[in-house]
Amino acid sequence: MTPEEVQLARSELDARPEHSASSPLSVHALTVAYHKKPVLWDVDFDVPESSLVAVIGPNGAGKSTLIKACLNLIPRASGAVEFWGKPFAASRARVGYVPQRESVDWDFPVSALDVVAMGRYRKIGWCLPVSRAHKDAAMACLDRVGMADYARRQIAQLSGGQQQRVFLARALAQEADLYFMDEPFAGVDAATERAIIAVLRELREHGKTVICVHHDLQTVTTYFDRALLLNMRTVAWGPVAEVFTEENLHKTYGGRLTLLAEAAEAVARSQPHE
Amino acid sequence: MTPPAQAIPVHDQALSVSEVVRVLTLQAGHNTTVVTLAAATLGLAAGLVGAFALLRKRTLVADALAHATLPGIAGAFLLAALVPGLGLGPMSLPVLLIGAAVAALLAAWAIQLITRHTRIRQDAAIGIVLSSAFGLGVVLLGIAQRLDVPAGGLHHFIYGQTAAMRASDAMLMAGIAGVALVSTLALKKELALVCFNDAFAKVDGWPVARLDGAMLVLAVTVVVAGLQAVGLILVIALLVIPPAAARFWTDHLGRMLVLGACFGALSGYLGASLSALLPDAPAGSVIVLTAGAIFLFSLILAPSRGVLAAFAQRQTLRLRIAADHLLELIHDNAAPAGPVTLRQFARARAWSPARAGAFARVLSARGLLTRTPAGYEPTPRGRARGERVARNHALWEQYLVTHADVAPSHVDWSVDQVEHVLSDELIARLEAELEREQSGAPAIVPPTPDSTGREAGGA
Repeated sequence: MTPEEVQLARSELDARPEHSASSPLSVHALTVAYHKKPVLWDVDFDVPESSLVAVIGPNGAGKSTLIKACLNLIPRASGAVEFWGKPFAASRARVGYVPQRESVDWDFPVSALDVVAMGRYRKIGWCLPVSRAHKDAAMACLDRVGMADYARRQIAQLSGGQQQRVFLARALAQEADLYFMDEPFAGVDAATERAIIAVLRELREHGKTVICVHHDLQTVTTYFDRALLLNMRTVAWGPVAEVFTEENLHKTYGGRLTLLAEAAEAVARSQPHE
Repeated sequence: MTPPAQAIPVHDQALSVSEVVRVLTLQAGHNTTVVTLAAATLGLAAGLVGAFALLRKRTLVADALAHATLPGIAGAFLLAALVPGLGLGPMSLPVLLIGAAVAALLAAWAIQLITRHTRIRQDAAIGIVLSSAFGLGVVLLGIAQRLDVPAGGLHHFIYGQTAAMRASDAMLMAGIAGVALVSTLALKKELALVCFNDAFAKVDGWPVARLDGAMLVLAVTVVVAGLQAVGLILVIALLVIPPAAARFWTDHLGRMLVLGACFGALSGYLGASLSALLPDAPAGSVIVLTAGAIFLFSLILAPSRGVLAAFAQRQTLRLRIAADHLLELIHDNAAPAGPVTLRQFARARAWSPARAGAFARVLSARGLLTRTPAGYEPTPRGRARGERVARNHALWEQYLVTHADVAPSHVDWSVDQVEHVLSDELIARLEAELEREQSGAPAIVPPTPDSTGREAGGA
């Protein structure tokens, strides 16, 4: 190898994503294993500020795992995750979370407003009750997702889409700068989908960053700025217009024929002039 | 344990009413009064702590902890009796209770170790720890009873015995329960958060594992407090039953906590009083049976979540669904055929003619049908309702075919189930969606009924 070639190889190595302190989320060489079997392998990406990011991939691709590993909910086998250049523990106060709707028992004796108020607990602190001001703040968040009329409703009496909006309102109540959302659009009605996307765009306008696990290939190009195509490894990462191609989707979804057809259709829709 | 200073009089004959009243109104002597009030305090704390164990779905862990106190009690007794150098009285209540608490916490730790480091599920781990600990306790108890030291009172911890309790024991019980009560109230918000959504709590920075640990310690505290009065086998009931009964009456956490605590207090109070009157009946079982009676009452009679209310709701829904089917059938047949005969309806719904007839009479009484010589005809209200159901039906069918991934051959079945629960809001949305979908295509969905049709909802 000539010195020039060595130089070139070096610079290629250095060209891995930069982890600047201004970046809300930097994931570097993240590997996660369940029972010794890796489910995420060497994932690398660096999310710029005020962007809406879709994490897409087939079932079992590790999408939820990625979010949970970033948030320290499950242990990482290796790799580093930084928030504004700092570890999660130091940046927690700037991070909001919308878990999967199915992850909780909705027959819990609380109202929609009570759930949203949970997003204020961090600001309220230990052992103190929820004050009037925090209740009002929670109410304002419910209003932002169009659920103010349902504030007093017990959560089991809400539809799936309404429950999802309550979860989104709770994350808004956290007043974070970076949001992780695990399938916020899964199984929701059209009104909820519109409400959620309106909120996401509003967040982006205010310089916030949102990372969404997303299932619906049809809407990726209209809803999101950037996409992470994931299938255990990073298949592609970047602006939607660049990475949302038939070839990449083929690589991500492999031999899943029905999904492939859907993907091809989605690509055709998103690029009508090509 | 020495006999209580002021044991209440016991007769072999049936209890007199005045005696029952005297005990229930706390006039049966200082000792009985203190024990009864302490049992009520225990119930108050158990109802409150138990609510969180119930919401966290950890009640079986609490049961294992309760059973695991037996080797702790017997072990503490043996330690105190065999090592006199420690200066502990073998039958000293604090010594026994500390032994019980240590053993219960060890059991909690064992369950956690098994579930975390092996592939054994929690229910099996609980079964393993509960039975092993209890078995060990029985063996240690047998050894204790062979010693020269009198150990006669130890078996009271298994089934509970308020009649043998002294006022000082009762005060200790109330004190321990009171600590659990106050701590739970202080942590109400944090415990509720962990019970509802632990992953969110963790991301939000709350020490979930420590809060879970605190919940276990609170349960152990109540169990230990209740050992003497309720006994280790049944103390779990005082943790589970009152909050479970309270859940029937309310969807509000605060109200559930208050009500559960009150049910627990009532169980403790009534149970201890009755047990004072019937010293042969172990106090634990009387207290638990009282709680059980409250639970049964709630289960049957509570509005909306109770069994009777649920039954009534189901019947109302069935009636409404059947009414909608009938009105839709009439609507579909309306143009050519005129009135629907009972036989047609019975055949369409696979009902007996008698059932169809009874049903048609109900709908007539409600002003949805009128009877004519040729059969049943809908009133204007019934007609409008039928029209609306038919339209919802078509909308939903269309929605399932175009939007959701449902094979068209399966559509009709799900429509039959679900068209009656579509809300006006959802229908409006479906209409808008479908009209957008169909722009240019021939209309599959019949036109919207006029406004009178919309108002006619609710059979």
